[in-house]
Amino acid sequence: MAGKPKLHYTKGRGKMESIRWLLAAAGVEFEEQFIETKEDLEKLRNDGVLLFQQVPMVEIDGMRMVQTRAILSYIAAKYNLYGKDLKERAWIDMYVEGTTDLMGMIMVLPFQPADTKEKNLALIIERATTRYFPVYEKALKDHGQDYLVGNKLSWADIHLLEAILMTEECKPDILSAFPLLQAFKGRMSNIPTIKKFLQPGSQRKPPTDEKFVAVVRKIFNF
Amino acid sequence: MSGKPRLTYLNGRGRMEPVRWLLAAAGVEFEEVFLQTKEQYEKLIKDGLLLFQQVPLVEIDGMKMVQTRAILSYIAGKYNLYGKDLKERALIDMYVEGISDLMQMILMFPFSPPDAKEKNLDSIKEKAINRYFPVFEKVLKQHGQDFLVGNKFSWADVQLIEAILAVEEKIPAVLSGFPQLQAFKTKMSNMPTIKKFLQPGSPRKPPPDDHYVETVLKVFKK
Repeated sequence: MAGKPKLHYTKGRGKMESIRWLLAAAGVEFEEQFIETKEDLEKLRNDGVLLFQQVPMVEIDGMRMVQTRAILSYIAAKYNLYGKDLKERAWIDMYVEGTTDLMGMIMVLPFQPADTKEKNLALIIERATTRYFPVYEKALKDHGQDYLVGNKLSWADIHLLEAILMTEECKPDILSAFPLLQAFKGRMSNIPTIKKFLQPGSQRKPPTDEKFVAVVRKIFNF
Repeated sequence: MSGKPRLTYLNGRGRMEPVRWLLAAAGVEFEEVFLQTKEQYEKLIKDGLLLFQQVPLVEIDGMKMVQTRAILSYIAGKYNLYGKDLKERALIDMYVEGISDLMQMILMFPFSPPDAKEKNLDSIKEKAINRYFPVFEKVLKQHGQDFLVGNKFSWADVQLIEAILAVEEKIPAVLSGFPQLQAFKTKMSNMPTIKKFLQPGSPRKPPPDDHYVETVLKVFKK
């Protein structure tokens, strides 16, 4: 009686969004329990179900998994999105760590004061166009294949698509100098499971607005 | 062409120290290249050696690996320190990620402004004693085994002993409420490869001092 994975988080993107993406891309249906108040979080903590008192938490295969990277690695391996051997896994890990760093910058942006926000937005755009996207553009150019690693869809591709779309929300023409990433974006968006996730009504969450920032601050007390 | 992994970083702990620990614990000899000037760092970037223009860099098995977690996962996988199956790997990943969060606080500590240092030290102490150490104390108590996962030495054990020693440097009596961790510390410290690493003259780096902080700012500040 495996049951669907159950995700515990707020009703926003945050650190859980990459997990939603990966499960959706793998064609895995999942349930969500939303933390809407400080009391909801306290209850989870008091019930002893959060190993380090933090979310994300994902109930999957009899485990209560925490720590985003641990959860993502488990899902990737389980659904064959982690390459065929240790070296392919190494490349997938390197690529994913890069997109994690980029998305991490975007994730915290709504929580910053107005004066640093503008500066950090400029930094995000600079990093995206000079540090991160050139790497993935080159990887695709060098091997000429559709996917980043091993000529097969992997976690790295899904994470990159998520990062591209998130960065485009910051600057719509961010891919203007990256033709292969544009083509990659087109191809990936048409993969049936991903296409479904990109449609309205899916479990994909919207960008974090000011109103939601206030909700999150209240729940996590910062 | 020695075949040994080659580590490129500053001559200090920083983000490379867990890599030194893991290689040493696995009994793997390695070489080190130390960055001392901005020019050396810029040359690495110009020569295209740093995928995301960052160190740590570990040259291993024909790859130029970057991103600490990717490097550590590869080493753990290669040297059988990653559990026997997906579920053990999930546990190891969760434990390592939790410890990493604690180590991140210690990593950033020398760079805190003077007026924030006391507050940050209190935060490290609070998190170690209330959030992280109780988890591992409980794990060891519940299964009564010597190692955290699967009754076998793994990356999680190496990461935990590193963290215990790092926190003790700042808070000497931190293990006073944790008898299992005290026993764990003794056992780990006596494992031959780790014992060797803990002796003077090993590649283990000393705690960060003012000179280290200066070097970091000199090499990396734009």
